[in-house]
Amino acid sequence: MELFQKIIKRVLLAVFSLFVIVTITFFLMNLIPGDPFMSEKANPEAQAALRAKYGLDQPIYIQYGKYLNGLLHGDMGNSYVLQKGRAISTIVTESFAVSMSLGIRALILAILIGVPLGCIAGLWKNKVPDACIRVISAVGISVPGYVIAAVLMLLLAVQLRVLPTSYNRPGGTVMPIITLSLYPTCYLIRLTRASILEVLNQDYLRTERAKGMSERVVIFVHALKNSLIPIITYLGPLTASILTGGFVAESVFNVPGLGRYFVSAINSRDYTLIMGTTIFYAALIIFMNLVCDILYQVVDPRIKLD
Amino acid sequence: MEKQILSMQIKTSPSDFEPLAKGYFKDEKENLEEIGFWKASWIRLKENKIAMAALVVILLIVIFAVVGPEVSPYSYDQQIRGDENMTPCLKHPFGTDRLGRDLLVRCMVGTRISLAVGIISALIVLVIGSIYGAISGLVGGKVDIAMMRLVDIVYSVPEILLIVVFKLVLDEPLNYLVTNVEFFRPLQKIGSGLLAIFIVYGCLYWVGMARIVRGQVLQLKEMEYVTAARALGASRRKLIKDHLLPNCIGQLIATVMLQIPSAIFTEAFLSFLGIGVSAPMASLGSLTSDALESISSSPYRMIFPAMIISLIILAFNLFGDGLRDALDPKMKQR
Repeated sequence: MELFQKIIKRVLLAVFSLFVIVTITFFLMNLIPGDPFMSEKANPEAQAALRAKYGLDQPIYIQYGKYLNGLLHGDMGNSYVLQKGRAISTIVTESFAVSMSLGIRALILAILIGVPLGCIAGLWKNKVPDACIRVISAVGISVPGYVIAAVLMLLLAVQLRVLPTSYNRPGGTVMPIITLSLYPTCYLIRLTRASILEVLNQDYLRTERAKGMSERVVIFVHALKNSLIPIITYLGPLTASILTGGFVAESVFNVPGLGRYFVSAINSRDYTLIMGTTIFYAALIIFMNLVCDILYQVVDPRIKLD
Repeated sequence: MEKQILSMQIKTSPSDFEPLAKGYFKDEKENLEEIGFWKASWIRLKENKIAMAALVVILLIVIFAVVGPEVSPYSYDQQIRGDENMTPCLKHPFGTDRLGRDLLVRCMVGTRISLAVGIISALIVLVIGSIYGAISGLVGGKVDIAMMRLVDIVYSVPEILLIVVFKLVLDEPLNYLVTNVEFFRPLQKIGSGLLAIFIVYGCLYWVGMARIVRGQVLQLKEMEYVTAARALGASRRKLIKDHLLPNCIGQLIATVMLQIPSAIFTEAFLSFLGIGVSAPMASLGSLTSDALESISSSPYRMIFPAMIISLIILAFNLFGDGLRDALDPKMKQR
């Protein structure tokens, strides 16, 4: 029952955070002087007509109310600059499908590589494999995503010509996926290693050994299982980092995903599109954080949610 | 020394009171507690070869960034006629870009910007975060709950998105302030883009620091010496200044050190997206992003700034890790 209450509290906080983001984004975006029709070559009357059509002539609190109401119905308005007149919700859902298919593959790759390497490093602490893995992960965490993208491009596409530079050709998804997964992989390595080391110090493992349990059972059944739990908490930040990584990877490799739209919306100052994308991203990240908080609580009752 | 079993008497000889020979304890570090916090930390840090190597790299990079542009015969925005699109050579070790600007000096200036962003942002975060966290932890009760709710909300907001939004909004007003208001004119040289990054950092990134400080304060508050000081009538101000801050300073320094690379990372990311520093100013992020257009014809333009930024972040990360272990040995197992 207590758990249920905590979850409710958590959900409310998440909804409130989302509301804060929507409000901040909306008012900030409206602080920027000018509106999308300023650049229109049409005469002032035509501009005024356009403003009236899109409700931009009304006081800001009414616009805000309308925007909130629209959001609740999944309507984020229209893009004014980048793709004139197209509904933002369509742009977002279409391009997010592309981003998601890349993102999920990158996430799986990161987990498949990061967790085992982290385990190896933790179990062979201060030995050669540990040292190698730690160096790799320290470097991997320090190299910005765009540098990785550029290096991959230079090596694999320009010099060796084994992979196409364009996303549409066969094999075009390989480089974006590697770019996206490198940082999460290295972060997961460090996280898993730290978690394993902590579990290895626990008293219950000593007790098991003292009772004569075989080392294999101790490590594989008890130590690994318990040390993998905290990794769930990283799922939320992991999603966030893959999303922001997407801004870079998709722009560099020309992937028609949401990240690239976001970046080009920024560069062409398409404020409604920026607003819509920001809110969508925020909702996604807050939701993922919420899910892994609750999951963590359910899996490990020792953790206090607050 | 001979101890008789079942008796309280201990026979001693004068030699028992001689000082021990140096190196009597196999591990002299056992005595680190006696020689003071800073010295002990320094000894632990010196032993960490990786951290020391990182420190040397950081110092070299600082020299590169601070002294370099002063020594260089070119300035970062100087367009040298006839030297456009040069590959690395003696005259221009890093080559030139298509406007004939020397890339070596641009990299130096970019490094300067990155370091400044990292250090100033970390300081902003330190000041706001520690004051907020200390007040919240000390006052406690409803104030604490309210203050921590705010932290929770800011924490749950994906910051990179808000940074982009803030940045877009702040650019124009800041630009106006910097160019038209006398008071802010000295800031013109930094540029509105960078100012916006600092403001955004101040607004968003202090929450992590506030949480750490509050946790420390809550822990220290229960210590006997704090109770004693309070019983003697020490004011809150004095409690913070004399008892609480000095005791969590180690963790604070380590957190600040690790904040620097993260700020540098963010600035490079923003500049790469095209919303960081404004041209003709160079930052390592914007240099890399400019170079991306000509990556197949002149890859050298990409390689140098990319290498420098990775090196800076790596060195700060490694040094920060070492510093954390040295200042707070209890954390080392984690």
